[in-house]
Amino acid sequence: MQTKDLVIIGGGPAGMAAAVSAYGKGIRDLLIIERDESLGGILQQCIHNGFGLHMFKEELTGPEYAWRYEKMILDLGIPFKLNSMVVDISKDKVITYVNEEEGEVKIKAKAIILAMGCRERSRGALNIPGTRPAGIYTAGTAQKFINMMGLMVGRQVVILGSGDIGLIMARRMTLEGASVKAVCEIMPYSSGLARNIVQCLDDFNIPLKLGHTVTKIHGKDRLEGVTISKVDENRRPIPGTEEYTECDTLLLSVGLIPENELTKGMGIELDGSTRGAVVDQNRETSLEGVFSCGNVLHVHDLVDYVSEEAYIAGEAAARYIKGERVKNNNISVTASDNVSYVVPQRITSDKEKVKIYFRTKNELDNVQIIVSDCENVVYKAKRRKTKPGEMEYVTMAEDVLNNIKGNEISLKVIGE
Amino acid sequence: MVYDVAIIGAGVTGAMTARELSRYELSVCVIEKESDVAMGASKANSGIVHAGFDAKSGTLKARFNVEGSLMMEKITKELGVKYKRNGSMVLAFREEERDVLLELYERGIRNGVGGLEIINGERIRELEENVSDKALYALHAKTGAIVCPYELTIAAMGHAMDNGVELFLESRVLDISCDNGAFEVETTKGTIKARYIINAAGLYADKISRMVGDDSFEITPRKGEYLLLDKELCGLVGHTIFKVPTKMGKGVLVSPTVDGNILLGPTSEDIYDKEDTQTTRVGIEKIINSAAECVKNIPFGSVITSFTGLRATTKNGDFLITAPKPNFLNLAGIDSPGLTAAPAIAVHVSNMLKDMGLELVEKKDYTSTRKIYQVEKSRYNKMVCRCEKVSEGKIIEAIHTNPKAITVDAIKRRTRSGMGRCQGGFCMPSVVSILARELGIDVCEVRKSGGDSRIVVGKKE
Repeated sequence: MQTKDLVIIGGGPAGMAAAVSAYGKGIRDLLIIERDESLGGILQQCIHNGFGLHMFKEELTGPEYAWRYEKMILDLGIPFKLNSMVVDISKDKVITYVNEEEGEVKIKAKAIILAMGCRERSRGALNIPGTRPAGIYTAGTAQKFINMMGLMVGRQVVILGSGDIGLIMARRMTLEGASVKAVCEIMPYSSGLARNIVQCLDDFNIPLKLGHTVTKIHGKDRLEGVTISKVDENRRPIPGTEEYTECDTLLLSVGLIPENELTKGMGIELDGSTRGAVVDQNRETSLEGVFSCGNVLHVHDLVDYVSEEAYIAGEAAARYIKGERVKNNNISVTASDNVSYVVPQRITSDKEKVKIYFRTKNELDNVQIIVSDCENVVYKAKRRKTKPGEMEYVTMAEDVLNNIKGNEISLKVIGE
Repeated sequence: MVYDVAIIGAGVTGAMTARELSRYELSVCVIEKESDVAMGASKANSGIVHAGFDAKSGTLKARFNVEGSLMMEKITKELGVKYKRNGSMVLAFREEERDVLLELYERGIRNGVGGLEIINGERIRELEENVSDKALYALHAKTGAIVCPYELTIAAMGHAMDNGVELFLESRVLDISCDNGAFEVETTKGTIKARYIINAAGLYADKISRMVGDDSFEITPRKGEYLLLDKELCGLVGHTIFKVPTKMGKGVLVSPTVDGNILLGPTSEDIYDKEDTQTTRVGIEKIINSAAECVKNIPFGSVITSFTGLRATTKNGDFLITAPKPNFLNLAGIDSPGLTAAPAIAVHVSNMLKDMGLELVEKKDYTSTRKIYQVEKSRYNKMVCRCEKVSEGKIIEAIHTNPKAITVDAIKRRTRSGMGRCQGGFCMPSVVSILARELGIDVCEVRKSGGDSRIVVGKKE
């Protein structure tokens, strides 16, 4: 059986950055396995700009951002396999992949970085009643049809969910000549970035209907219309508020789910809130030498943050392979009041500072972030405003980590 | 030409009958109004091979259920479709319901069902740890089994076609007349002549029968909604779990599917509209409440899709197998346990046709297995659907193997591409491209299902 020091599953932004970072730390015997026909992952179909402001201090399109990393991979000579799908990874790190040329291949790896990304929630997961006509797509599928294949999915569009892909697609469909009638969001706020609401909806006079959802699908062969209803504070449709809107297309942008089927198959511990692996500050999972980063770990707002996380995982994997990784601690980090999740969920070393990423459950103003151990508050920070759609973080310095009592800290948020 | 036999309707009854008749030197065609086979109740039912204790003794349902149940394992093996004898349980939650179980048990014995026993709560939970603690007793039927109903129908029709049966899709029957001893079936795609007609038109069997002057029965659609759960819940239950039945049927069941999902449903509601396959909020809630009574710990957040089937029911509740006119056979009201009964009904039909004077001579060149289209081996290593791990090879196979898939949904039913947790989000664009290429049509002509269900509406300028 072939062996490798490091195998990276997925050649999207997370996988590419992890490879570059591991290479930078001296790892030469590595391989990226990508199921699509090119590197770059979902970035390839995100032809709008707005990528790279943090990482490269300039505004790039998705393919441009991907190309920056692809070029590094090519220049460094990091090997990758395209059109190759990993079908199984065993607990002892044997990876099985298939492709047209080689058939089924097994590789034993010293370390693995999981970077499979995420998928969109589908209509089925929402249980929207009604018929099953053509014309209902997740926003990402529509994006692929339009941007990659040059095919229009419809002319009169309603978008359910105000996630970023939905907002981007509202603008994209409009620019291609479709009429976007409304973007419905069941929550009282949008989960998308504020800049996308301005640039994709407001600039094109597309109404954002907060506290509304689609309650029925109409049409036999092709979609003919949807019923939109107002919802109450428990997100239940309010009878009597139904409104019929004619449309031939319904795009769904109702959330992303990390794709952790391979992770589950390896018996790795998962976090019910992120739906990704439970990891430490190195992004190492419960299975030693297996790391996870990017949207397969938790769904990020910006690709820049994905790359940043992938650097952490790549460097840590390199240290692990070289036997330099230190584990001298085991503190669990938990999400408390108003916090939906934290990453990492464990801190296994007090030798360096740790950034704890989290999301709040609600939109809050005048926010206090409080981290406590079993006895005391160990860290405090303030924010003017937090939103569930925008990830936050706090940095815990070495001295803070050294002063933690017990083996658990919790992060809570207080606000108005 | 004049066909010996024309079958109207390509559901499981029509397909099984076509397959049975394909063994003989006969010209047979199947006329179907939809863009694929198994588009009615055969697509959307529980997929249960019933043991046979439900139907009243002496009815056609009881007879064909038990006969069909015994034939099913062999047929599925011949057709190469999945079959699993997982056993079933009917749960009783109150002491007085034990009498109902006893009644079912005795009826089962009378109907000739083997492997029945009544078990207590302790034994129930030994067999099924997630069944509700409130279940006091259960009728345990070891011969209960599961199949995928559309996989079975597709395979049966494909096998029939491999042996010479012709299938006319998207051909709605408009009228039937009789001329010089042969029927003329007028369809939306032309006229088809046949000496014998078998009406297996499901919900529309009454309408078809009326075309030859028989208005003796009416078909009422009974709506059944279902929820399908992610494969990650595989193992939640092993048996098919029922509650004691009511007048409206066997109630909401919780069952594994042969593909490893968990199926919940159906609801049961008599309606008027034969096209109303909408799912409803009320129905979905009913399923959730009812399933939760039988089985603990069902994570309803793991629902990946919902669907509705319309069962063709008659007033008296039994199958209606009649010959209202010479050489014209009705196979009507084939609701539950129709899937189980279909192979037995098919044999019965060929005997009836023989009695009506149709000569049945066995074919010499009959092939006993399906002809699968050969695709280059490497194509099976090119994955298209990541959730269900479906290769391009499998998709090409589905497009060229009888009965040929011509729509995205037809590919989904044959290969499971798009049936997994992302529900086609990733693979649909690829499937559309492959269909266009293999069928030699423009991508804009590729349809999701029948009618004008095009996936994309045009090319970008």
